[in-house]
Amino acid sequence: MWSWGSVIGETRAADIRSLAACPLRTYQHQDCGRMTFLEKYKDEIADILSRYPVMRSALIPLLYVAQRDQGYVTESAMQEIAQLLRLTPPQVYETITFYTMFNLKPVGKFHIQVCKSLMCALVGSDTVIEWIKVKLGIASGESTADGLFSLSVVECLAACGTGPMMQINEDYYEQLTEGKLDRILADLRSTGTSPLKSGPFMWPEPAPSERGA
Amino acid sequence: MPKHELILLKNMMQPGYTGSLTDYEKTGGYQALRNTLGKIAPADVTTIVRKSGLRGRGGAGFPTGVKWGFLPKDYQGPRYLCCNADESEPGTFKDRQLMERDPHQVLEGIVLACYAIGSETAYIYIRGEMVLGSKILEQAIGEARVAGYIGKNILGTGINVDVWVHRGAGAYICGEETALLESLEGKRGLPRIKPPFPATHGLYNKPTVVNNVETLANLPHIITRGPEWFAAIGSPPKSTGTRVFCVSGHVKRPGNYEVPMGMTVRELVYEYAGGMRSDKPMKAFIPGGASAPFLTPAHLDVKLDFEHVAAAGSMLGSGGVTVMEEGTSMVWAALRLMEFFYHESCGKCSPCREGSSWLVQTMRRILAKRGRMEDLETLLDLCKNIAGRTVCAFGDAEVAPIQSTLKHWRQEYVDLINEAEAANLIRPEPVGKP
Repeated sequence: MWSWGSVIGETRAADIRSLAACPLRTYQHQDCGRMTFLEKYKDEIADILSRYPVMRSALIPLLYVAQRDQGYVTESAMQEIAQLLRLTPPQVYETITFYTMFNLKPVGKFHIQVCKSLMCALVGSDTVIEWIKVKLGIASGESTADGLFSLSVVECLAACGTGPMMQINEDYYEQLTEGKLDRILADLRSTGTSPLKSGPFMWPEPAPSERGA
Repeated sequence: MPKHELILLKNMMQPGYTGSLTDYEKTGGYQALRNTLGKIAPADVTTIVRKSGLRGRGGAGFPTGVKWGFLPKDYQGPRYLCCNADESEPGTFKDRQLMERDPHQVLEGIVLACYAIGSETAYIYIRGEMVLGSKILEQAIGEARVAGYIGKNILGTGINVDVWVHRGAGAYICGEETALLESLEGKRGLPRIKPPFPATHGLYNKPTVVNNVETLANLPHIITRGPEWFAAIGSPPKSTGTRVFCVSGHVKRPGNYEVPMGMTVRELVYEYAGGMRSDKPMKAFIPGGASAPFLTPAHLDVKLDFEHVAAAGSMLGSGGVTVMEEGTSMVWAALRLMEFFYHESCGKCSPCREGSSWLVQTMRRILAKRGRMEDLETLLDLCKNIAGRTVCAFGDAEVAPIQSTLKHWRQEYVDLINEAEAANLIRPEPVGKP
């Protein structure tokens, strides 16, 4: 009988089981010497697939896994994902290019994204962008020669009350000043992380007198 | 201290409140769930929510109980709840606080909503950039699963609800409910033509409800304290409850302020947000995120509820109030927002895809002092041909900054063009790709 499931490719329990059962013999990878992306993350991928009744829903989560692996999504990872989800390569490619958070080319170890939308611009995001350009000697869309930093100028990141702000890899840095920016860049260079990143968001913080009221 | 009771932000204002399950339970958390599951019929939960007058907090302001009521009653098969945590409207940052500081409040709302609509699966579609928020939610879901509030056979009632966090990947349009569903299905986030509405043909073509984070976070309180209590807050009968307003821009204390709906902009900006940051007076404000038309200080006494803001010629939208001081160029401000919309147009409908590019180029030309007087007519003509001619409301949103600034501050455009004409720079030179 005809059903939507047959059209949109419902996830079958067998798919998940066969994936979880190592090794993935059905998949042939040209680069035989290296572990394939699917093998490397098979448990995580099986977990992701189990959340959705239709396999294609796992596409964006799987692309994130691929991006975490290499810093960008490689063509071979895209092909592996397409094969696993029974999609054509263009279906994967059209999706990945629609969303701004996927990199198709390598980016620096620290990907700096500064918000330039109106709310941040009102409180000086353009100045922050200039500081970064001068301090790192790169323009938007470029990386430093040592491969450490890349700069992107992006649209709103939902931190309008605490602008100007930027995101570096997974972390938000808000209420930026030149001194703060210098410290963040120095911290990242020396330790790879910075204590100035935002924690669970709350702004304004309750004043001491308001606490417990 | 606020002169009114906080509902959504109350817990997180307590000293030492971490948002963990123990903390949430101490404040009476998950009591609404205990008192509802198996004790109140799902249809009655919908009735309670309808009576409370709760309206969607994401932007459109559609009554939540009514939305739930659209689901087919006799449908056998899965239904879905999607929590819209995409929060990508410039000027809005309330959901981030609700999720990162008090995740269980949102989760309890999600399970209650699932119970009311008969759904066993809920997806939280969180915007991709909020990595911390998604981690906090996943941890909270883990805690709730262990405690038996989420998962199979919740609290021994035989009811199953599974909640999954699904990260988006940086597309503004995915905050539109049908685009969100497309994205959740692993496709490009292009809005669908309505009807059919998600209530009948939503995620995987199944009946689906999409609700905003703040909407869902209100549910435990409505259930516990009754719809009459909630309906008396704010400016009844049409705008009930509180609203978390996100104040940004040139004010002393920007941030999230939860106030009853119907408060004036003046009170919100000057009493809560501390007034203007310098001695410059206010020039303009946006009452409901980037999609809402600009208003002038003449509208400071407009009440912040759905009806009054609409009557003033704008919309309450997502509650992002952005304030601009005297000296801000309105042409520049409108262009900044226009650039945002140009960047985020999904490309499905030609008027929006092409129109946003033309609008940006024309605006850039005017701001670069190379404009001509006919450009103003061109702008308005373009706006007229975009708004209302697209699949989703994005088209109406993207023309709002230009139409409203041209309405209130036309002289600024004219001055820039006059300067261009005086300097004989009217030959339109290419100002680069948008």
